[in-house]
Amino acid sequence: MDAIILQILNGLDKGSAYALIALGLTLIFGTLGVVNFAHGALFMIGAFCAVTVQRILSISFETVDPTKTDFLGNPSKISTPYVEHWFGPEFGATIIDWSVPIAILFAIPIMILIGFVMERGLIKHFYKRPHADQILVTFGLAIVLQEVIKYYYGANPIQTGAPMVFRGSFDFGTLLGFDPNVIIYPYWRLVYFGFAALIIGAVFAFLQFTTFGMVVRAGMADRETVGLLGINIDKRFTIMFGLAAAVAGLAGVMYAPINAPNYHMGMDFLVLSFVVVVVGGMGSLPGAVLAGFLLGILESFASMTQVIDLIPGINQIIIYVVAIVVLLTRPRGLMGRKGVMEE
Amino acid sequence: MSKMNLTRRGVIKTGAVAGAGLALPTYLSAAAHSGYTNAPTGDTVTLGFNVPQSGPYADEGADELRAFELAVEHLNGEGDGGMLSTFSSKVLDGTGILGKKVQFVTGDTQTKSDAARASAKSMIEKDGAIMISGGSSSGVAVAVQGLCQEAGVIFMAGLTHSNDTTGKDKKANGFRHFFNAYMSAAALAPVLKNLYGDDRAAYHLTADYTWGWTQQESIQAATEALGWTTVNNVLTPLAATDFSSYITPVLNSGADVLVLNHYGGNMVNSLTNAVQFGLRDKQVNGKNFEIVVPLYSELMAKGAGQNIKGIVGSQNWDWKLENQMGAKYAGTNAFVQSFGNKYGFPPSQAAQTCYAQTLLYADAAARAGTFNPCALGEALAGFEFDGLGNGPTLYRADDHQCFKDVLVVKGAENPEDEFNLVEIVEVTPTEQVTYAPDHPMFAGGALGSCNPGA
Repeated sequence: MDAIILQILNGLDKGSAYALIALGLTLIFGTLGVVNFAHGALFMIGAFCAVTVQRILSISFETVDPTKTDFLGNPSKISTPYVEHWFGPEFGATIIDWSVPIAILFAIPIMILIGFVMERGLIKHFYKRPHADQILVTFGLAIVLQEVIKYYYGANPIQTGAPMVFRGSFDFGTLLGFDPNVIIYPYWRLVYFGFAALIIGAVFAFLQFTTFGMVVRAGMADRETVGLLGINIDKRFTIMFGLAAAVAGLAGVMYAPINAPNYHMGMDFLVLSFVVVVVGGMGSLPGAVLAGFLLGILESFASMTQVIDLIPGINQIIIYVVAIVVLLTRPRGLMGRKGVMEE
Repeated sequence: MSKMNLTRRGVIKTGAVAGAGLALPTYLSAAAHSGYTNAPTGDTVTLGFNVPQSGPYADEGADELRAFELAVEHLNGEGDGGMLSTFSSKVLDGTGILGKKVQFVTGDTQTKSDAARASAKSMIEKDGAIMISGGSSSGVAVAVQGLCQEAGVIFMAGLTHSNDTTGKDKKANGFRHFFNAYMSAAALAPVLKNLYGDDRAAYHLTADYTWGWTQQESIQAATEALGWTTVNNVLTPLAATDFSSYITPVLNSGADVLVLNHYGGNMVNSLTNAVQFGLRDKQVNGKNFEIVVPLYSELMAKGAGQNIKGIVGSQNWDWKLENQMGAKYAGTNAFVQSFGNKYGFPPSQAAQTCYAQTLLYADAAARAGTFNPCALGEALAGFEFDGLGNGPTLYRADDHQCFKDVLVVKGAENPEDEFNLVEIVEVTPTEQVTYAPDHPMFAGGALGSCNPGA
């Protein structure tokens, strides 16, 4: 029983990342009709926003310590971060420790700006082109972005820790009547799940309860009619692209402490997120969220030893098996709408 | 007690053969080949350095490339000469190789077997590379070694740790300086016993490819020989990034040791996840839960950050070796000075093995008096040397594997700086990591005969 509860928690955690990325993908596809293969790169850039903030806060000055030598036998240089010098060692260290939450504030405008530039500078030229062209150009863009990141940050993963207060694990088991330390779960992963739920809720509320959101939803249903009403739908869709980029970026920022960011992490999530979108139903926001969590949980269960013993290799193919089954039985996906990508 | 049957005819025949052998260096016999692939005709000779310049091991590849460039500089008489001054063989004099200036071309393995073979092929066929070296993956090393065997050039492997490289996939044209999974396990086992006792239950997570399999097989055999039991071995996809669903079953499995047979990004992520799930703070079976990472690298330690503290593993070499373990490891400081002055930071073990391989190749060519891969291979096979940083080393003729001391290391608790993330725990002597050429873990292949190509 403890193993099942742990895998459900793992699934919800993985599903959070899938759902956030898939949500952005669906927003872009639903509004602009673009299949954006660069969306995983936006997630990766978000994670590197956290790395960048950590580095900025850690910018140091050097002093020579004549009592120690470096690897070449020269006097050692001691680095002291400016924030520790300005605000004192304790408070300065706390600021650096909180670099990931601080990065959220940094990432929102950066990601919206990147989204605007991507949409206005490149992707808008491909709205009326076939999906194959869109896939090629956005996939190429993803590779360019990850190579740029690799050039500046290297190929090695970069540890970007959660604040000290969120390190360690929460003992879930004791709440459920299990012995201590049987069901424990890392605090930051719980924070990530909560954060994902908050973002998903905020996006849905924005689309559901604001005039802007209503126009966007109307545009997603029938772009031409909304345009004939004199509403500048293109401008709103550009803003939606920026919003989708911000959602992916925030997902990346908060993911940085879970797995050390590297330039390739966007690609690792991209294919799975596309499967999530297809299983959820192209253009369906609730479908993307539902499929994200569903596939996250199934992937976690498929990694259990008992399951692998029963069906060897299932952990590597489960998501694709589910995709095939769903598409065979429900060709539009779990919550797909009629007419989307069916012309 | 053995009995010797000496006859007059036998003594004369043996004497004649031995005399002929001594009159001419044995390796010249192979130089009698009429031709060989990419025989240099001008006043230069081209070496091909095939390293990951893109993909997940690009940083390691960059360090390998730095070492290769340094080695070429030193061979051509530029710079401070590095390990040429400490190398026990003294035939290299800074005038290139056999009087020919050394130049090099590079290829990008991308850490993909097919891409690595394509880049090696291009360097051999288009650029005239006479030798291929480098790489950061056993899958790539096995693939490129096979290509070099077919093409008739020497392959001086870079960072490859699978038993298979000099085991079932060994080739006459291939040579490995780096240690292997069996050696890691043999070096680690006694240290693990001292640190954690002989009554432990281990859970293995293993990368699902040739290196992971042989690493897991080796460490399981070594720890079970200590009295440890193996609770489970789970193969994880190479592309996995989040290992939480593989870590959580460990929590209540009854295991009190987690062995991560992972390397590179896999290791950084699996170790990070294991620490997040509180494994290092856990008590099982009345003992502290421990994590072991059989193969270490400085770059991985950097990637893992604080999570690596106190984690035990093994290395082929470390830049602090001569300072901490003495003059037996001469060459280390010379190389660190040379590399550090040029690039501003100490070299990795991948850099050291690539630098050593380049010098060993050049030295073998100089001793053989030719670039013919068969003569050169004969010069390398069975060659005993010293002064390249690892202490006395043998390039065993049976499998073209180097035998030398192995380092057991652990993550530093309080690193002074980013270059001191790893502490040397112990140096395991060569005898303890040596195995028979027909050891079952290395069975199934044969060197075959040398191929000189054209």
